[in-house]
Amino acid sequence: MNNNEATYNYTVVRQFAVMTVVWGVVGMLVGVIIAAQLLWPELNFDIPWLSYGRLRPLHTNAVIFAFGGCALFATSYYVVQRTCHARLFSDGLAAFTFWGWQAVIVLAAITLPLGITSGKEYAELEWPIDILIALVWVSYAVVFFGTIFKRKIPHIYVANWFYGAFILTVAILHLVNSAAVPATFWKSYSAYSGAQDAMVQWWYGHNAVGFFLTAGFLGIMYYFIPKQAGRPIYSYRLSVVHFWALIFTYMWAGPHHLHYTALPEWTQSLGMVFSLILLAPSWGGMINGIMTLSGAWHKLRDDPILKFLIVSLSFYGMSTFEGPMMSIKTVNALSHYTDWTIGHVHSGALGWVGLVSMGAIYFLIPKLFGRTEMWSVRLINVHFWVATVGIVLYIAAMWIAGVMQGLMWRAVGADGTLTYTFVESVKASYPFYAIRLLGGVLYFGGMVIMAWNVFQTIAEGRKVEAPIPAPATSVAAHA
Amino acid sequence: MESLWILIPLSVAAVFAIGWIFWRSLHGGQFDDLERPGTDVLSDDQ
Repeated sequence: MNNNEATYNYTVVRQFAVMTVVWGVVGMLVGVIIAAQLLWPELNFDIPWLSYGRLRPLHTNAVIFAFGGCALFATSYYVVQRTCHARLFSDGLAAFTFWGWQAVIVLAAITLPLGITSGKEYAELEWPIDILIALVWVSYAVVFFGTIFKRKIPHIYVANWFYGAFILTVAILHLVNSAAVPATFWKSYSAYSGAQDAMVQWWYGHNAVGFFLTAGFLGIMYYFIPKQAGRPIYSYRLSVVHFWALIFTYMWAGPHHLHYTALPEWTQSLGMVFSLILLAPSWGGMINGIMTLSGAWHKLRDDPILKFLIVSLSFYGMSTFEGPMMSIKTVNALSHYTDWTIGHVHSGALGWVGLVSMGAIYFLIPKLFGRTEMWSVRLINVHFWVATVGIVLYIAAMWIAGVMQGLMWRAVGADGTLTYTFVESVKASYPFYAIRLLGGVLYFGGMVIMAWNVFQTIAEGRKVEAPIPAPATSVAAHA
Repeated sequence: MESLWILIPLSVAAVFAIGWIFWRSLHGGQFDDLERPGTDVLSDDQ
């Protein structure tokens, strides 16, 4: 433990990086289990704790907040230190964010199977855990912005802007959406009711996608792609435009989750229009990232880490095209409540968030443990292909199942009666659930390969405390 | 829809706050050089 200001704080980065892999394995395993339950319902063994309704929020919490969250903590702490040439603002608070966040995850893993839930999607945890989240998050903000404040480089690198927006917005979203009146220690009621609650919930829900699952991971993209490619981002100017355009428009898109509900018509249309506008900054960012390889495409052939990072961007482009299309009310009339939505979410989650995190962790682990590269570069390649095939199977199965369900539900005969019963659409979806399970097993298998590779790398490595270099001369002269 | 009385003012306030931060960093010189920061990040471990 080196506390002096001459080195970076790699301890907390190491802890979060390792836990990213651990929670990735756990969260994806739960995903595979519930995908199998949709195929073979008896897999809940008639135990309430293992029922689909309780394991599903466990899966989403584990992959988003445990796997994704740890990846964001690890990378943001690494990036903010390295681009600011400064040690983290407070080692003690940084350690608190690690142990506090792990405590939140463990509490979630206990309470959700017990059926303790506030019932708000992606915000299921009950109020005592919500308070712990708020404390951890405020500490995170203090550590992150404290480090920005003591930076040795005048310019704040664009990745830090994305991380900063993610941290601040998630704090506000969490505080507003989790407002609740406690009834007992493990039961509370939302401060809002009915359609009000739905609106607040999806204002939270969509901005969680926008700021947790997008802005944060764009921070990863803007640092790790240039570093791994050894080339500056295609257009730094465009990256700045990308940032401001994205955060100005994202806040307004949430009502697209509530088309054709009790929400006022104009609110739904407003949400739809802003969702369509979002296509522009999203694609600007995607093109900016991918074009970084312009003139050096051969690097993609030999470097599996770069494959992870670049292919993640193509999934980002796909989902940010699909999302605005699905927010159009006429399209939404077909897609809403079907498995198309599940396919869309997983194209973003497995393809974009998952792959970019894995690429960044493969980049970080050797550096944090004093190695030049991972234990097996070949296994990174195997992981990449297994994961990619898994994603394609998953999302293609859900697209077909979703469109089929939508068409079956809306089909009416000449006399105006429904052509199909609901259960007929479930039966028709069955083969696609099997393909989805296969895709999920492949993606999970890739994660297990990664865990093995990371374990071997760490076993052969040693913990490193990196010295803080003097700021590059060009920057000093510029300042 | 009383909840809109929270969400819309909050979002409008956010837009103004973002605008203010943008204005301040623009005049603070954050975006004066939009070439060098892109290349400097590559040499942060030397």
